[in-house]
Amino acid sequence: MYAFEPSEEQQMLIDVVKRFAENDVRPVARDAEEGDDYSPDLIEKGWELGVLQASVPEEYGGFGDYSALTGVLAMEELAWGDMAAAMAVMTPSLFALPILLAGNEDQKQSYLPPLVEAEWQPYTAALIEPHFDFDPGDLRTTAVQEGDTYVINGEKIYVPFAEGAEAFIVYASLDGQTQGFIVPAELEGITIGERSKLLGINALPNYSVTFEGVRIPAGNRLGGPEGHDFAPVITSARLGMAAIGLGVAKAAFEYSRDYAKEREVFGVKVAQKQAIAFMLAEMATEIEAIRLLTWEAAWMVDNDHPEAFKQAYLAYTGAMDMAMMVTDRAVQILGGHGYIREYPVEMWMRNGRGIANLLGMAMI
Amino acid sequence: MIDFSTPKPIEKQMVALQTVAENMMRPVSRYFDEHEHEVPWDYINFMHMAMRQTGAGSLAPKEKKSSDEKKKYPPIGYQSLAFMLEMLSWGDVGMYLVTPGGGLGAAAVEAAGTPEQKAKFLARFKGEKPTFAAMAMTEPHCGSDTSAIRTTAVLDPETNEWVLNGEKIFVTAGHKALELSDGFVVVWATIDPEAGHAGMRPFVVEAGTSGVKVTKLEHKMGIRVSDTAAIVLQDARVPYDHILGSPEVIKKKTTKGFKRAMATFDATRPLVAATGVGVARATLELLKEMLAQEGIEIRYGLPRNKLTAIEREIIDMEVMLRSAWLLVIKAVWMADNRKHNPLEASMSKLRAGDVVTKITQRAVELMGPLGYSRQYFFEKWFRDAKITDIYEGTGQINRLVVARNVLGYRGSQLR
Ligand SMILES: Cc1cc2nc3c(=O)[nH]c(=O)nc-3n(C[C@H](O)[C@H](O)[C@H](O)COP(=O)(O)OP(=O)(O)OC[C@H]3O[C@@H](n4cnc5c(N)ncnc54)[C@H](O)[C@@H]3O)c2cc1C
Ligand SMILES: Cc1cc2nc3c(=O)[nH]c(=O)nc-3n(C[C@H](O)[C@H](O)[C@H](O)COP(=O)(O)OP(=O)(O)OC[C@H]3O[C@@H](n4cnc5c(N)ncnc54)[C@H](O)[C@@H]3O)c2cc1C
Repeated sequence: MYAFEPSEEQQMLIDVVKRFAENDVRPVARDAEEGDDYSPDLIEKGWELGVLQASVPEEYGGFGDYSALTGVLAMEELAWGDMAAAMAVMTPSLFALPILLAGNEDQKQSYLPPLVEAEWQPYTAALIEPHFDFDPGDLRTTAVQEGDTYVINGEKIYVPFAEGAEAFIVYASLDGQTQGFIVPAELEGITIGERSKLLGINALPNYSVTFEGVRIPAGNRLGGPEGHDFAPVITSARLGMAAIGLGVAKAAFEYSRDYAKEREVFGVKVAQKQAIAFMLAEMATEIEAIRLLTWEAAWMVDNDHPEAFKQAYLAYTGAMDMAMMVTDRAVQILGGHGYIREYPVEMWMRNGRGIANLLGMAMI
Repeated sequence: MIDFSTPKPIEKQMVALQTVAENMMRPVSRYFDEHEHEVPWDYINFMHMAMRQTGAGSLAPKEKKSSDEKKKYPPIGYQSLAFMLEMLSWGDVGMYLVTPGGGLGAAAVEAAGTPEQKAKFLARFKGEKPTFAAMAMTEPHCGSDTSAIRTTAVLDPETNEWVLNGEKIFVTAGHKALELSDGFVVVWATIDPEAGHAGMRPFVVEAGTSGVKVTKLEHKMGIRVSDTAAIVLQDARVPYDHILGSPEVIKKKTTKGFKRAMATFDATRPLVAATGVGVARATLELLKEMLAQEGIEIRYGLPRNKLTAIEREIIDMEVMLRSAWLLVIKAVWMADNRKHNPLEASMSKLRAGDVVTKITQRAVELMGPLGYSRQYFFEKWFRDAKITDIYEGTGQINRLVVARNVLGYRGSQLR
């Protein structure tokens, strides 16, 4: 039976996240981007909204059941506040969700409660690699089994909060298959590089990390000795990025719409020019179209639908184009002011581009 | 709760409809494209029988359900129609347009008529013979700008009849409604030419009304099996109660009546969008099938810069198609649940218009020399697709509606 309204519980979560995004994140987002970063207090406050905790069952320290859909709804609101803030607040889920979705019982019992029940801690994951044709399904980082250990070698980039991290999920190619490995940060052979400077999301501390002959016990392979299916993990990453794309786009759409209703050109409001009004109509339509696609994909995940993997891929593909199109037009609608850093839209345009490039830096 | 599962009754209905599309439409699709103005009676008679038996696709008033039944199942009438139209248009969108049962004319009666009028005018679709209805707004000098129509309706106090004069063009199924069945055309006319929209009223003009004449059948780029008629009204007389709506709306100089009737579009625009989605799906499926025959499988999951150009195209098409369909579903779901949906209705229509034209145009290109051949359906669907972006409000008009809604503007602020 079709229905398009969030449940009461989902709506409550959306509301608190929205309030945080509006009152706490927005006022400091620009300064954070320009070098201040987000304060630990702000990140902690965001963490306590319970977006991840609501997705983790009680037995593992949370208070809900995993729902990709609920995650998508919350993530859009968080990213509406700021993309980097959303990623920072949700960084621990890069570690927790793969364990929840693909880990074995042992791993869930030992890693989830101490992470989920405590305050925000730098647990993170390393997926992206430094080459143009980076492909999560065909990694250059390798894992090789030696007795009852795995040895990991490779170079990762854009690892959020790698500096000071407690542990990583490191993705590596094991006989050609992408597998996750739980890697405590103190192991030998791990080198944290310089903090990366990016086109956008500069408020998210992220680093290159090299793994040189890093040895982990066989039991640290995600899912145990048998390993795991990578599909649910990458699907969660795609939906996370798609939801962020929706949030960034919504922010840019709303801002440019309101601006166009204020600014006058040739004796009328900018918004009264069809050239602008039609852009706004298309932006609104595009956002809604991709939102429904993303919701459907998340709903499929929650209902074990056989098409979930493909649908999430389509939603993510749609979201990267949608986010670029909408944020580009938002800058255009502001004219010269759109290009000036006193206004937020140029930042959203830089962030919006990242939806396509940063797969694996957020999960829901 | 957000839920994307198709209601069970709709799923059941789809099996039968797919059979119709595959067996009654596709085999004759090319024939009727090449024999414009021939009437596909086999299809029409079959659909009439089938719909009489099942009640599917009809807007005719149903027997009142008990409140128990209502509780058990939320309304899905428009959702069910959207699925039906999508599937029939997957078969052949022109033939879908000649499906008996009322079309836009009945939809207007449904939206603007009183209960008595609905009973009086809609009952005929359940009769022995297939019956058609049409809706006539467009005139030679104006289409999008409906406030400029010149057809007039004047009340003759002697006989208490309305006297209609004017010319309507591009009336879908106008010929079938007036000359091939005992149907009717809902004719928009003005009772006060100075008043713009406030003077406009819909009138039911039945087959056999004297002074009404079909003067022309258009020759078209696509959807050739669907008749597009020009109708001249010359002192055409209809009884007083053929003006749709309640009496006080009829007298007052307000746009209320007009707005209510225009609300028809909130229901029909997503349905037209659904027909576009059907054509787009047909195209994409055939495209994938023919590529598969050449050994080309789409590798979902790869980063885009590792895909081939063809894979990228197909994946883009799938994104467009599915998201357009979901906009349709949301809009009809709102209609079923009596939620105000002009924004969503226009979004679905403009998106479907874009998507079906893009997909069919790209498909012809992608298929190279084969795409251009009349041996395959690609070129036909390319021609059929374009109308989606024109009737029931052009892409531009629907952009205006969406823009006004998101900006909170009245018509006068953005025109
Ligand atoms: C980096 C930079 C350097 C610049 N250098 C110079 C300089 O050296 N000298 C100088 O004089 N200026 C300069 N400018 C200003 C620049 O030329 C203006 O920003 C530009 O002309 C747009 O004007 P605006 O910003 O006021 O936008 P607005 O005029 O307010 O336009 C807002 C939006 O409305 C649209 N719009 C406006 N009118 C219409 C219309 N009639 N129909 C449809 N859409 C319309 C615009 O395209 C835009 O999308 C510079 C700007 C920047 C950002
Ligand atoms: C096959 C077919 C079947 C049809 N069936 C029916 C039917 O059953 N009943 C019926 O009443 N009509 C029917 N129509 C008519 C159809 O609804 C009109 O063609 C349509 O509304 C456009 O009107 P027009 O052709 O007069 O174009 P115009 O209104 O003259 O528009 C010309 C161009 O200007 C654009 N435009 C118009 N106004 C604006 C604006 N304010 N801002 C920006 N751009 C604008 C339009 O989008 C279009 O691109 C049918 C048409 C066809 C081709």
